[in-house]
Amino acid sequence: MEVAKVEHVSRVYKTGDAETAALKDVSLSIEAGEFAALVGPSGSGKTTLLQLIGCLDTPSSGKVIIAGQDVSALNRDQRADTRRAKIGFVFQFFALIPTLTAFENVEMPLLLNGLPAAERSARVHQLLEAVGLKERTHRRPDQLSGGEQQRVAIARALAGKPALILADEPTANLDTENGKQVMEIMQRLNRETGVTFVFATHDPRVIAYASRVITLRDGQVTANGAGAAKV
Amino acid sequence: MLQIIKLAWRDLNRNRRRSFFSALALGMGLSLLLLMAGVIEHEGRSSMDTSIRLQTGHLQIRAAAYNENRASLAWEDLVERPAAIAAQVAALPPVSAATPRLFASGIVASGDTSAAARVTGVDPASAANDPYRSGIVSGQWLTADDRDGIVIGRPMAEKLGLKVGDKPNVLVNTANGDVDTQAFVIRGIYSTRTPGFDSGTVFMSLAKAQAIARAGDHASAIFVLLKDRDQAGAVVAALQTRQYAVLTWDRMNALLSDTEELANSYMILLYLIILAITATVIVNTLVMAVFERTREIGILSALGMRSGRIMAMFFAESAMLALGGILIGLIIGGAMVAYFGSVGYYVGDFGMTGMLLGERIYATLTLKDAINLSLAALVVTLVASVYPASLAARLEPVEALRGGRQV
Repeated sequence: MEVAKVEHVSRVYKTGDAETAALKDVSLSIEAGEFAALVGPSGSGKTTLLQLIGCLDTPSSGKVIIAGQDVSALNRDQRADTRRAKIGFVFQFFALIPTLTAFENVEMPLLLNGLPAAERSARVHQLLEAVGLKERTHRRPDQLSGGEQQRVAIARALAGKPALILADEPTANLDTENGKQVMEIMQRLNRETGVTFVFATHDPRVIAYASRVITLRDGQVTANGAGAAKV
Repeated sequence: MLQIIKLAWRDLNRNRRRSFFSALALGMGLSLLLLMAGVIEHEGRSSMDTSIRLQTGHLQIRAAAYNENRASLAWEDLVERPAAIAAQVAALPPVSAATPRLFASGIVASGDTSAAARVTGVDPASAANDPYRSGIVSGQWLTADDRDGIVIGRPMAEKLGLKVGDKPNVLVNTANGDVDTQAFVIRGIYSTRTPGFDSGTVFMSLAKAQAIARAGDHASAIFVLLKDRDQAGAVVAALQTRQYAVLTWDRMNALLSDTEELANSYMILLYLIILAITATVIVNTLVMAVFERTREIGILSALGMRSGRIMAMFFAESAMLALGGILIGLIIGGAMVAYFGSVGYYVGDFGMTGMLLGERIYATLTLKDAINLSLAALVVTLVASVYPASLAARLEPVEALRGGRQV
């Protein structure tokens, strides 16, 4: 079953009269439960593709289908609803709300989904325990290490029980050990919960975790298959 | 909603000094407005009371042809046998005092200096004269049989260098169009703390005023005080005659009411200007917050927060700043009003035609004014925060996550 499908998608950025094509006629599909890596050098279109699949942006042409729904033509609030219901994000720079504790950051998607307090609390504790931060519940981001912050971000991405989690360079800002921990946690959660992960990276150590590797170059998919990285 | 309020509160606490000064700006603006509203409220109310007490009474019975501006002394313009009429009026239950008064234009001269005067002949024993009698600061009030004594106000005494016992000349217009002059002894000097009245009003006994003005047994008006001014209409109905006109306090003080109404209209404009200025401080704070927290707005948007909730978050911040400012304003403004309510502010002879202002202005804050101004501050601030809130809500998530700005 397809969680995400991209059909002939192009994304062109305009700066004055100049046009830059970040993606050119890209088509691919992501199956449920995959642990897929989007790889390629800087400027290859990895982040743009993640943003389109994540409903953070809209394609210049083509279709993006998430869990069977065409999201290409949705308005801003409809895209926000889709993100809230179906997609989790893990960003390179953790992207936690600095004024909220680890608990409250993880709780945020649940609040936006309108879950009752008791259910929220149980779910947040369960997730923080799953990422090994049971003892760091009430710390704010500035009281956590980079690795811990990224683990909070993973817990937050999982909170709304999304069909798909998109991670943009999740280890790029971490040292080797923390990067390894983060990837192992993501892989374990992928196996345990069945949630689909798609992560962008150009780090061969990270690519090694992927069950499938999609290679991009100059805005086009140049390789798409299981197994080892093809960078 | 609770989480939005919590987020807003924490965001404000990130830069406490800036948040405090933003709220303080609104608070200072509001406190000034409260003080201004308090002064207008007090002076509006007290100048009407003062005018009634000192000058117009609640009612005046006059000859239909009497022209107040000319202080006419022609007999056909005056009330005939006024003592008898005053006695009849005084017998009505709602009336607390009724007394004849004769008004004549005059001049008080002493040596080389002189001052214009409104010579007022009064029945010295009447309770209606209590405000002047109780305001005697030197000497004594008139007696009924006093034929050559006058009582003058302190500003006039100071201007002419007069004291009790001095004998200035008083020139008075007469009924036949002439001017009569006579030396009077100053029996007393009074102060009602209303320079606009005290500087020009000279009292003498009614009998003497009638004699010097050749007015015979006539008076310019029967001055009537009521136990309750709301009963003026009922008393007027009871007093209607063809020969005389009965004027009520609100008609005699129409200029005062109109001036107050005009002042209130201007004040509303001034209120809005002051609130708009203070609201811009809050707008500035929020716009800076939007720029500083662009990435966070992107994160919230990525998590699925709708534009409306992002706006609500900024409105919540704005409302909190406004509530903080209102609290500060109520405290500072309340203290200022309390101070000016008890001590007042000396303005001296600061009056205008048709209005009797005391030499000190005071402030009285009503609950209605406090609530209205606080609500106005809240609404103006919320309206002003529409711009920064919509700025935040219109941020594209992709750009916002990069920390850039694309609206």
